[in-house]
Amino acid sequence: MTILNNVSFEVAKGEAVAVVGASGSGKSTLLGLLAGLDTPTSGSVHIAGEDLFALDEDGRAALRARLVGFVFQSFNLLPAMTALENVMLPLELASESGAAATAKALLERVGLGGRLTHYPKQLSGGEQQRVAIARAFATRPALLLADEPTGNLDEATGAAIIDLMFELNRERGTTLILVTHDMELSRRCGRALRLAAGELQS
Amino acid sequence: MRFFADAALALRLLARDWRAGELTLVAVAVVVAVASVTTVGFFADRVHQALSRQANQLLGADLVISGDRAMDVSYAAEAERRGLQVARMLRFPSMTTGGGQNVLAEVKVVTGGYPLRGDLRIADVQNGTDRRATEIPKAGTVWVDERLITRLQLQVGDVIEIGKSKLPIAQIITQEPDSAIGFINAGPRVMINDADVASTELVQVGSRIRYRVLVAGSPAAIADYRSWVTPKLAPGQRVESIEDARPEIRSALERSEKFLSLAALLSVVLAAVAIALAARRFLQRHLDACAIMRCHGASQSRLVRLYLQQFVVLGAAASLAGCVAGFIAQHALALWLGSLVTVELPEPGWMPALHGFVTGLALLLGFALPPIVALARVPTLRVLRRDIGAPGGMGLLGYALGAVVIAGLIIWKAGDLRLGGMVFGGFAGAMLVAGLLSWGVIALVSRIGGAGVSWRFGIANLRRRPMASVLQVVALGIGVMALLTLTIIRSELLDLWQRSLPPDAPNRFIVNVQPDQIPTLKKFFEGRGMTMPELHPMVRARLIGINDRSVTPADYSDDRARRLVDREFNLSWATQMQKDNRLIAGNWWGNKPRTDQFSMEDGIAKALGVGVGDKLTFDSAGSAFTAEITSLRKVDWDSFNVNFFVVSPPGLLEKYPASYVTSFYLPPGKVELLNALVKQFPNFLLIDVAQVLGQVQTMITQVSRAVQFVFLFTLLAGLVVLYAAIASTQDERLYQATIMRTMGASRSQLARANLAEFAVIGALAGLIAAAGANALGYTLASRVINVGYTFSPMLWGIGIFGTVFGVMLAGHLGTRHVLRIAPLRVLRMLS
Repeated sequence: MTILNNVSFEVAKGEAVAVVGASGSGKSTLLGLLAGLDTPTSGSVHIAGEDLFALDEDGRAALRARLVGFVFQSFNLLPAMTALENVMLPLELASESGAAATAKALLERVGLGGRLTHYPKQLSGGEQQRVAIARAFATRPALLLADEPTGNLDEATGAAIIDLMFELNRERGTTLILVTHDMELSRRCGRALRLAAGELQS
Repeated sequence: MRFFADAALALRLLARDWRAGELTLVAVAVVVAVASVTTVGFFADRVHQALSRQANQLLGADLVISGDRAMDVSYAAEAERRGLQVARMLRFPSMTTGGGQNVLAEVKVVTGGYPLRGDLRIADVQNGTDRRATEIPKAGTVWVDERLITRLQLQVGDVIEIGKSKLPIAQIITQEPDSAIGFINAGPRVMINDADVASTELVQVGSRIRYRVLVAGSPAAIADYRSWVTPKLAPGQRVESIEDARPEIRSALERSEKFLSLAALLSVVLAAVAIALAARRFLQRHLDACAIMRCHGASQSRLVRLYLQQFVVLGAAASLAGCVAGFIAQHALALWLGSLVTVELPEPGWMPALHGFVTGLALLLGFALPPIVALARVPTLRVLRRDIGAPGGMGLLGYALGAVVIAGLIIWKAGDLRLGGMVFGGFAGAMLVAGLLSWGVIALVSRIGGAGVSWRFGIANLRRRPMASVLQVVALGIGVMALLTLTIIRSELLDLWQRSLPPDAPNRFIVNVQPDQIPTLKKFFEGRGMTMPELHPMVRARLIGINDRSVTPADYSDDRARRLVDREFNLSWATQMQKDNRLIAGNWWGNKPRTDQFSMEDGIAKALGVGVGDKLTFDSAGSAFTAEITSLRKVDWDSFNVNFFVVSPPGLLEKYPASYVTSFYLPPGKVELLNALVKQFPNFLLIDVAQVLGQVQTMITQVSRAVQFVFLFTLLAGLVVLYAAIASTQDERLYQATIMRTMGASRSQLARANLAEFAVIGALAGLIAAAGANALGYTLASRVINVGYTFSPMLWGIGIFGTVFGVMLAGHLGTRHVLRIAPLRVLRMLS
């Protein structure tokens, strides 16, 4: 079964691109490939000049550590860690010094300075997504990938999260690729890629 | 530097998981495992030391060198140089004279310090209250026993002649620690100081003197000394400890150890199951964490390193805590038993702590390592698609390393590859059978439709995750099995063991009854209102040939075998096998057997290297006869009945000179009967085993108590397993229930579905538990205490219904709150 076929595009540094399409059109699969979380039967993905699939699994992991940040639909915070610790984790994995200070500053930036020691289950959905955004930006990634970041949130909360993402995107000059079927959200991106039945439509 | 940076991160991750309560179950499982192993280890060590020291009281020492010629002075000198306690003793028969009467007595010459172990008790006057002697007879005085002073019709203070000496009687001996050793203690007893022996002029060339050097000290020092002295012994000299001297004591000691180590093994297996469940649950809950960390660029090897470091630290810390808990627990046990154990418990060594530590760490890593490696391979795509589950290797195969570790530990603990292999094989086989059975039943039950929507939902739950269900059933079954063993089987088994040695077990042996004396002996007993005990014929013969070759002591390097060939065997004949014997090879003869057959005791056959089919040739009074071994028997030596190494059917031995032997119970305070017996039958040899018997009975009582305590840990381990088994599917259960509620299932429907599922799990687990407990009981009864075991129907009832009820209750309590709170909150909690 072919999920994606003849999909080819380039995204410039600092650009914000939305990937839109109906359920089952292959949006999430595309995102997984862009992040190197999955491998294609054929084709290639280059990030900052590096061929993702020329690397092995651990090589891709190292590249992600250096260049890529993620925001997921289901937040994916670790339940056994506090908000602060969740944001610290990628910094700690990169063995960066001052992880706690960086994470604290980021959580304050997303408006959660008062909830550092709270566990995910003590936070609302919007708050959890803010923690996830702070975590995604913690390592100053060149590329931020977001999978339906507002999919689990109500409209008002979703709008606030989107604002936050774009603000951070501008502040840090990050390239943003986000998967959504929220038309409002796709309009705010500079460009929208439309997927239908695994093919890119212009 | 990278490594240390990761160690710090691993510690931080560990601290976070600990704080969040993720590690509690794993830690508790390890602590319980290690605590039970170390408690049993510490305690078994101490009990063993205490029991053998207590048993050594019967020898008057830890080690005795005996022989019929004077001992080389270096034996005692070397023992003293090694810091051991030493005493010397000689023994010889001599006529004693006093009050115009002559009586043949056994003279015992002792040096200061005698006895080194056990009590010598004396009284100031005849029939007076006795007390523990703190020294030996002063030079120039003698102590005599009640039999001698009665027969000489003397009083304390009167003078008794021994050889050329005339010595006043200073004390009456009421109890000697070493009276039960050897078969030569028939005569009345005189004890004199070593300083007086020369003046009796009885020790001369050709005198029938037995020399002894007694040695006591720590077990290690005694063992060292034994290996030093053994090669130096002259012909006719031998070294023995209590185990060599009394098969009853050896056999009781062995049983005690088997009991204790089986209890420890059971705890290890249970704790291992708990650890396996807990580690699996931990790693399952960390699938997401791993996926996220890999998204953030952690390599597989790095994840393995991080989790491995966490588990090493956790395992080491929990094992250490377990060791401390074990040390404290065994002290509590020693205090509790203090009033029972008649001798001071020696301090335990440090080895049990090391064993416990290694056990805890090995078990944890054995069960955690395969899932850790699998965990590191978790597909990163899981962050996008939650339905991508655990990678392979988390299933049955993941337990292979753990199983290998358990097998290793069991064999190590059992100290014997065969025994360890049997125990492990038994457990592994039982678990496999239980697993297959559960699998089959679950498959079968889920085919049975109808019966309401809740029932169908419940059963569907079981089928949806068959591996988890089977694991849960097996783990619960093992936990309940431990509880059943603890509560029902344990008391039955200990009862059986104590009943195997009733209060009226024979405590006196009569040897050398001549055939023509049997009718008179019968009258003697009946005249005193007692029944004549069963008499066994006995023919003395020397083993001269095995198959077609002749046999001499020099053919054997084994000390025991050499002694057996050197001295005469006591052969007997019988139609029926004795009740306390168990056939282990070949067949017992029928009603009209051919006469040239032998049934041989298993231990002796092993020592001589013979078995069923071998032909033995004996020589009795100058004529030889040959017969084939057609069966091997296991003899219950601590039944205190008369038993024989070699038995033949009637018809083979009757033509050789035979005497008879019997054993009977002499109630306390009936010493008069013994005097009358000796008076009427002067040729009888009377052997007093009352002390040995008392010793074995005490050991049984003490070990029973110890075993009960040790089983408390088994109980604890069982409870941890039960909890872990229920907790292992809790998350999934919560999630499922919530989804169903969002789809409109009512709370009572869900509750009923849960109950249906728990009922099936409980019934299966109960069945496994009852079968397992019965099998364990049977094994313990037949292999360890050698008694028949009756399968208890109550066990099945309590096992199955109790487990169904217990699991339904626990499951209901565990899932009740899920049904109360709003589904959205549960979903958020679990996301």
